[in-house]
Amino acid sequence: MSLPLLTLLIATPSVGALMLAFVPAHQRTAHRVIGAAVAILVFLMSLPLLSAFDPAATGLQLVEDAAWIPSIGAGWRLAVDGVSLWIILLTTFLTPLILIGAHSAITHRVREFVIAMLVLETAMLGALCATDLLLFYLFWELMLVPMYLLIGIWGGANRLYATVKFFIYTMVGSLLMLVGIIYLYLLAGHSFDFAQILALKLDPTQQRWLFAAFGLAFAIKVPVFPFHTWLPDAHTEAPTAGSVILAGVLLKMGTYGFLRFALPLFPHAMGEFSPLVLVLSVVGIVYGALVAWAQSDVKKLVAYSSVSHLGFVMLGIVALNTQAVEGAILQMVNHGISTGALFILVGVIYERRHTRKITDFGGLAAVMPLFTTTFIIVTMSSIGLPGTNGFVGEFLILSGSMSEGLPVLPGTPWNAWPSLSVAAVVFATSGVILGAVYMLSMVRRVFFGPLTHDANRKLADLNLREILVLAPLVLLIFGIGLFPNLLLRPMHASVNALVERTRPVVSATRQPLEMAASPQLAAPKLAASTDAPLPEAAPAEATR
Amino acid sequence: MSTEILALIVLLPLLGALVNGILGARLPKGLVTLVACGSVLGAFLLSLGAVSELYSLRERVGADEAMLVTNLWSWIEAGPLTVSASFMLDPLSAVMLLIVTGVGFLIHVFSVGYMHSDKAYWRYFAYLNLFMFSMLLLILGKNILVLFVGWEGVGLCSYLLIGFWYDDMEKAQAGQKAFVTNRVGDFSFLLGVFILLFFSGGDLDFVRLRDVVGPAGALQDPLTITIICLLLFGGAAGKSAQFPLYVWLPDAMAGPTPVSALIHAATMVTAGVYMMCRLSFLFAASTTAMTVIALVGAGTALFAATIALVQNDIKKVLAYSTVSQLGFMVLAVGVGGFTGAIFHLMTHAFFKACLFLGSGSVIHAMHHEQDIRQMGALRKKLPVTAGTFFVSCLAIAGAFPFISGFVSKDEILFTAFTASHQGNSPMLVAYGLAAAAALCTAFYMFRLYYLTFEGEYRGDHHTWEHAHEEKVMTIPLVVLAALAVVGGLVGLPEVTHAPHLLHEWLHPVFATAMTHFTYSEAHELEWILMGVALTLALVGVFAARAMYKRPTADLPEAPTDAAWYRLLMDKWRIDELYAAVVLNPLRRLAGVLHTQADVKLIDGLFVRGTARLVGRVGDGLRVLQNGDVQTYVTAIVVGLAVLLLFVV
Repeated sequence: MSLPLLTLLIATPSVGALMLAFVPAHQRTAHRVIGAAVAILVFLMSLPLLSAFDPAATGLQLVEDAAWIPSIGAGWRLAVDGVSLWIILLTTFLTPLILIGAHSAITHRVREFVIAMLVLETAMLGALCATDLLLFYLFWELMLVPMYLLIGIWGGANRLYATVKFFIYTMVGSLLMLVGIIYLYLLAGHSFDFAQILALKLDPTQQRWLFAAFGLAFAIKVPVFPFHTWLPDAHTEAPTAGSVILAGVLLKMGTYGFLRFALPLFPHAMGEFSPLVLVLSVVGIVYGALVAWAQSDVKKLVAYSSVSHLGFVMLGIVALNTQAVEGAILQMVNHGISTGALFILVGVIYERRHTRKITDFGGLAAVMPLFTTTFIIVTMSSIGLPGTNGFVGEFLILSGSMSEGLPVLPGTPWNAWPSLSVAAVVFATSGVILGAVYMLSMVRRVFFGPLTHDANRKLADLNLREILVLAPLVLLIFGIGLFPNLLLRPMHASVNALVERTRPVVSATRQPLEMAASPQLAAPKLAASTDAPLPEAAPAEATR
Repeated sequence: MSTEILALIVLLPLLGALVNGILGARLPKGLVTLVACGSVLGAFLLSLGAVSELYSLRERVGADEAMLVTNLWSWIEAGPLTVSASFMLDPLSAVMLLIVTGVGFLIHVFSVGYMHSDKAYWRYFAYLNLFMFSMLLLILGKNILVLFVGWEGVGLCSYLLIGFWYDDMEKAQAGQKAFVTNRVGDFSFLLGVFILLFFSGGDLDFVRLRDVVGPAGALQDPLTITIICLLLFGGAAGKSAQFPLYVWLPDAMAGPTPVSALIHAATMVTAGVYMMCRLSFLFAASTTAMTVIALVGAGTALFAATIALVQNDIKKVLAYSTVSQLGFMVLAVGVGGFTGAIFHLMTHAFFKACLFLGSGSVIHAMHHEQDIRQMGALRKKLPVTAGTFFVSCLAIAGAFPFISGFVSKDEILFTAFTASHQGNSPMLVAYGLAAAAALCTAFYMFRLYYLTFEGEYRGDHHTWEHAHEEKVMTIPLVVLAALAVVGGLVGLPEVTHAPHLLHEWLHPVFATAMTHFTYSEAHELEWILMGVALTLALVGVFAARAMYKRPTADLPEAPTDAAWYRLLMDKWRIDELYAAVVLNPLRRLAGVLHTQADVKLIDGLFVRGTARLVGRVGDGLRVLQNGDVQTYVTAIVVGLAVLLLFVV
């Protein structure tokens, strides 16, 4: 057995945080430098994952399994696969950028800030690697605490309201998940091992209730419409660092949770809930875009755009074919990069002007050309211009979802899965128009037109540190846009396995009642969509 | 010579854009010019090499097989989808390649003079080179997705260049309008691509798509084909400014005039026509879609021409004229005259680029005055501009036998008329609309010419004194005017017994599509139709001459009170209609969703309401445990009493 790569990865940020506790609090520079160094080290340590990762293997890899609390069947179980690989790397990539970027924004309680960020990194990496449900839950909840502090201590004027709302809202969801986890633990003969729980035969009723518990926790995190209202508040009050990590990684915990846990564990329920999730995702896309358009605060606008973008990810997940799911995973990474960059950019002008109101700007292109250029590049990525990363993800999701609906046979009821899929793609694709509308309107009002405010005349363009933080993100925007296969190839085996395993059950149950009532319609549909024989999970009801 | 030449052609302008975009502010002006024009000239020369290679390949392996292909890398692979980053040069892209790099180079040269004193000279050329790069991607792309990268790239450059003078909010707004309107088209285009992708099994390669629609292909259902074609046409209508998505193009005139010549006349706006010709085998398979396309094209041709009749801004007249001429090209596609569409695309690139650059020369000389009511007699000051403008007017109006526009427009009208003869009766309507548009074209173009260059000068004196033309600007004008005269020779009508060179050259590309149509052999009819077209053009020219070539400085009185005149002046009030029906309701909806649905209902009632409810319940329950011993004792006693009551 070689080095426990994942354990080292998860532990290093926290060890760094522990070291910082011994550095006197007033040595701010030391904290900043050590913090950034630790984060960079973690990033470098995550790179060997790429070479150790076998893209052809279908299951979990780099598995670590050590005793943790044997008396209750909880183990220190870690692994990665093609679903989590890039989100782990996204986390280790964003954290150092955030720490370097926060240099001038965070000036008080620097030590605490750096410690919070590093602990948060441990929690995020832990949640992404855990294959033990208790361990997962522990890291999942651990993420809340530093985030709570980030907003509560370094946030804006209304930060207390935002933190309490954020904390309670996400806590409500996760507590239900904890109940679900304990129920599964009992069923699995007192084990939290994901592999053992996966082997359980859950009947449809159990699946329905458990999916509701897990799904709610994840849906709040994503956030799926209508559980999104904590997000704009949290984003506006959070410091830039908090917003970047929130948008970049924390939101993906929700979509990741669906892919890793809800879908494989409860495919039957996932099928039943698919139409609902589909509708909510599309509503989120359109609704998020429209509400973003109505915002007068740049940061709130970007926050609502996240609701819209994450709707695309959810759409890809419920479509549940290789193309759409890979698009969804890619789009999680893309959103982390482009929305992360947008929050950093908003932070740059906020630091200079201490306002984020669109009407306080105008004509910035004349005084901040480099900043403007970067902002427009990131905007183009956000609205999915081909050649940037955003296009590939959206294209895969939308074309993959469309193929769920084709060919629409004449006489298919409107609420059957194929018709729903087609309608969903039509509405979701309108997001390409709305995205351009709200983003370009904002860009125009902030950067173009005459310089109307005197305070904006002397604004400094990006400084070297800011360039250093933004350049890697801009490079990735084009890099992923031009060579998405580098990211897609390691996903293929895992996603194929996931789709093959769950799709037969899901596609059998997401046929609505009308289909069952009219066998002449149901027959060709089923034959077309379920190539593989039903796995044990469905007939398991009989044996129970 | 290896086929990497295609990649090189595309890369050169990108390099130019990067060099000028990153270093331009620090480079001397001369070097910026050299990089910008040099990269495009290089691309043009390489294109000549590539096309001659294609030509010799054609001799060797036959017309149907000849094609240069460059596979760069596998771009996207997911599930069944496989898309590669690859280029191809076939006869169709060869024609486009020469037009784009050739006309593009001339316009770069013209820009050197036009933008000479602009403080963001380098930024202008960086954008212009980036545009060339995107346009080359568009025409050389070997599959729909590479085409789409170029398609959106030219849209981005158009956005950046329309709003080039960004401190003017109106110009920035025009850029945004162009981008968003094009996105409406893209919405439709993408949906078409998604459906096509399903039936093609994840392949979007132009060559292989031909088999998908072919006799043994997966795509046979006529309704599905019609839906795909109409959705793709939506994209073309956005890019090529067809009704109802044309509204962005007139506003796009906010950009520097050479940009209007290059992007909004000669190249980018023809991308929709190019895309439909590229997929001719698909479009030809749906009669319904083709009928819709032909009628939209002919309708747009006439509609835009009527607006151009009364406009007073020199660039606005040309903009509506472009919309109208694009209508002719779309009509050509709709009646199966794919060669005619590309032919008119080419001649239009020559004469319209010449007209726009001519207007640029006028605007430059007039210190950015664009109102033709303030002009007149400029021929005396700008002789080369006036001469080339006149020639191009003859070409666009088709008012001189066998001048380029005459030949290409005639081919379209002939195809439309004969289509109506072969049982496709709606095409008679299309022919009528297009013929009326041709009449209007002759009138408004010569109205523009006479008001600008003839008669008496009506502007202010100071401007007149300084008005002059520059050599760097007149040379491109002369070259383009020459092309506008002779460009028609590559496609002479069959009745002249001269070979239709363009038709022969493009035949392998359109052969599949042509099997869907029967083309008329009644070529004696062609003489009659040519006569009709020439008569219409001359009527228009002489009517304009009678009204606007005046010895005095006063203008003919416009019927400003007449309802029809005001309607035309207000461009049929389509923009106002969109604002009232789409834009404002949507904006209001966004506002209501934010303040009512999000803040009040979801967050206020559901989220904070739940929190309040929990708080209230807590308040209520707190009474029960207020720490007061007497209350507790009372409760215990009462409780015991009740219990006893039940038990006993």
